[in-house]
Amino acid sequence: MAAQELVKLTDAGLYCEAGDFYIDPWRPVGRAIITHAHSDHARPGNTHYLAAEPGIKLLETRLEPGSSIQTVPYGEQLTVKGVKVSLHSAGHVLGSAQVRIEKDGEIWVISGDYKIEPDATCAPFELVRCHTFITESTFGLPIFRWRPQEEIFDEINNWWRGNKEAGKASVLFGYALGKAQRILSGVDAEIGPIYTHGAVERLNAAYRASGVDLPDTTYAATMPRGTKYSGSLIVAPPSAQATPWMRTFGTVSTAFASGWMRIRGTRRAKAIDRGFVLSDHADWAALNHVIRETGADHVIVTHGYAAEMVRWLNEKGIRASSFSTEFEGEREELQPARTESDTNEDETDSPESTPAESKQESNIVERFL
Amino acid sequence: MRDFTNLFIALDETNKTNEKVAAMKRYLESATPADAAWAIYFLTGRKPKQLMQIPKLVSLAIAAAGLPDWLFAESYDATGDMAETIALLLPESTKSTNQSLSEWVENRLLPLRGATEQAQYEAVLSAWEELNESQRFIWNKLLTGAFRVGVSQQLVIRALSQVSNLEPAVVAHRLMGTWEPTPEFYTRLVAPETDDADISRPYPFYLAYPFESEPESLGDVHEWQAEWKWDGIRSQLIRRGGQSFIWSRGEELISERFPELIEESNILPNGTVIDGEILPWKEANVLPFSQLQMRIGRKNVSKKMMEDVPVIIMAYDLLEFEGVDIRDRPLSERRELLERLLRGLSCSADPQQMTLTERDLSAPSCQRISTRFRISPTVEVDSWEAMAEARGNARTLNVEGLMLKRLSSPYKVGRQRGDWWKWKVNPFTMDAVLIYAQRGSGKRSTWYTDYTFGIWDNGKLVPVAKAYSGLTDEEIRQVDLFVRQNTLEKFGPVRTVKPELVFELAFEGIAKSTRHKSGIAVRFPRMLRWRQDKPADEADTLETVAALLDSQNNS
Repeated sequence: MAAQELVKLTDAGLYCEAGDFYIDPWRPVGRAIITHAHSDHARPGNTHYLAAEPGIKLLETRLEPGSSIQTVPYGEQLTVKGVKVSLHSAGHVLGSAQVRIEKDGEIWVISGDYKIEPDATCAPFELVRCHTFITESTFGLPIFRWRPQEEIFDEINNWWRGNKEAGKASVLFGYALGKAQRILSGVDAEIGPIYTHGAVERLNAAYRASGVDLPDTTYAATMPRGTKYSGSLIVAPPSAQATPWMRTFGTVSTAFASGWMRIRGTRRAKAIDRGFVLSDHADWAALNHVIRETGADHVIVTHGYAAEMVRWLNEKGIRASSFSTEFEGEREELQPARTESDTNEDETDSPESTPAESKQESNIVERFL
Repeated sequence: MRDFTNLFIALDETNKTNEKVAAMKRYLESATPADAAWAIYFLTGRKPKQLMQIPKLVSLAIAAAGLPDWLFAESYDATGDMAETIALLLPESTKSTNQSLSEWVENRLLPLRGATEQAQYEAVLSAWEELNESQRFIWNKLLTGAFRVGVSQQLVIRALSQVSNLEPAVVAHRLMGTWEPTPEFYTRLVAPETDDADISRPYPFYLAYPFESEPESLGDVHEWQAEWKWDGIRSQLIRRGGQSFIWSRGEELISERFPELIEESNILPNGTVIDGEILPWKEANVLPFSQLQMRIGRKNVSKKMMEDVPVIIMAYDLLEFEGVDIRDRPLSERRELLERLLRGLSCSADPQQMTLTERDLSAPSCQRISTRFRISPTVEVDSWEAMAEARGNARTLNVEGLMLKRLSSPYKVGRQRGDWWKWKVNPFTMDAVLIYAQRGSGKRSTWYTDYTFGIWDNGKLVPVAKAYSGLTDEEIRQVDLFVRQNTLEKFGPVRTVKPELVFELAFEGIAKSTRHKSGIAVRFPRMLRWRQDKPADEADTLETVAALLDSQNNS
């Protein structure tokens, strides 16, 4: 193997030795490039961060105040110890990036999480040609086939309208970061008022502050007792299911928006009424499309149905292997309905700690490079 | 087919039983009797005999989907449902059908049985061609004979009861036994009155709830009849029109498995229905359930088998007497008739001399018209303390505990609280180590939920039990993660994991077994709790667990 290994797997995460930096490390390191603000990729505790500019306000909600975060626009090339580094839109959530690393003409791309379907809340996926492609494979089985989002939004709107006619409130669960905003951007806000859980509202604020247009939403906890919610849409993180918070809304129909809803068993395990197949990850066909189009002659699969994707690619004549990482993809969405006691601290119903505006100066003092 | 698929979607899209019942009612009201009959047939879990061999169906689906075999297998592993896997993997559909359910079943589905392989392939391919994705799923479900949609028989009965304005118990009874899903059947099912007595039709079983509070809460002990909770096959023995039938609780006709009981039932008068438990029994003792299991596992009951594992019916109740349904009479009255019928005097056990199996069941007062039909002995005590004490002796009698039945209770339908309780003895327990894990099926298909546990034997872990239930969802999530991160080897769907996690297992009984590596078989194992405080090397040993054999009467 003549090509050099630009990224390797270490105990702390994916590491570029030549540039001495990590990508989405799971243990504290000196310098970390963060592909996007989901908690399995953006972990606190690192000394310096580099991330794509559009996602800065999201990242600030995830990292400790005063963290040293340097941002860079998509496509702008930096040189880190002789290694050329640039970030390219991954189309996953606002500010999500693929990391392109080039040294001596050898190009590696680390995908982070990605989807290729357009998303009104973030920049579209950019295909980056490379020699080695490190890809996710959250939905790397052929059973995962997404229908166009227009159809899914129609389904959601029809469900909401039907519930309204039946005098029910519609509670829709989805990731607080990304999925919730994509849902908001796609629903027909004419149907009725939209309320949010605190975790969603906090991130809505960060999205709006980043210039993303979302329909009006009201943080449910600010409403007086006795408010009637029938006919409204309530957007909440999955962890809010089966919490006392849910009792506020009277008679509800519940739904969940996730790629996992493609499987009937996971839909039933969530004990929800409806499942909408809406994912911020690439489906089987899209994964295959992207892998092929990158032109990579070596593919490394990080998470999801990794072993399956590796075997599939090798049988197709594309050299593939896997890295065993601690990324979860949408796996945590798979959790069965939680009990009231174990609500994720990250997703409590409090909109406090809106993106920190302070500490910007520290970014200037301690730079990634 | 379209309306039936929509019914399925409606049932699948709600968790609320009232909405499920309403959806079925809507469907039944607009369906033709022919469609309604088939819908009821499938919704109550009935299925046609195998129409097509599953491996053939799978290879056809694999070819149609254009995938390697292993990828199909991985996809199946992820969904846990063959019909669904096929529906999800077939090339996208562009059509859908308007033809009725009965047309699809009678003209397309049933003719598959016995057709040539080529004809089957063509018929299934053209069916897939004509159906949309949801309809394909339903078709596959019907084809694989695994149509379960999350509605219980009770809910179907409720819907039918609303459609027909009949009492649920009447509908439940009419649905029992074997019937053909014809328009005539459906019309009779919802008709105000019918006189079509099918002589083999059993009554719905009345099932007890587990009793978990203090017995004093049940009031005066003298208002209750207490019996032992026997561990066999709950059955109904029917004698009508010179014929005999035995039904299991799962509504399976099991007459052929017990020729000696059928033969012996000739002595019963026509118009008799007995509710009881089939037990393996030798002389004055009940044998371990595993022996009965071995016997029912055989297709043909050999003479030797009948000699090695003789069976009896332990009669609990009388449901029909002299051709009259007596289920609404009080238990005390039914019991008297049962005793009269089986010509016994009251057969009771003295709790002061807890040697019931030896003394009381062979006592002269218990001799009856046949040694194969025994009356379930009652436990006569004057206080709940004495009752609790009696329950404590259950293990030595090889019974699971006590049944408490209110003497004034009618024989109801299904599992209901209030009048009948099962008061089991506390289970055995052991601490065992998780050694293999497998993904569950249905809604647990993406999680490692099916576990095999081992206990120590000379420094090695030997598999001793499989268990699937008892953990909270959060615990399942944690164990699932552990399994994924600590897999040592994969054998098909089974993963060998690092032997680290210890669980306290509960089980109801233990028996010697030549079929298990450990030499023992435990009954109804389940996880009681996750012993996160316990390292694997402190789990139980085969020696200590096998010692429990002696606490039972395994003679």
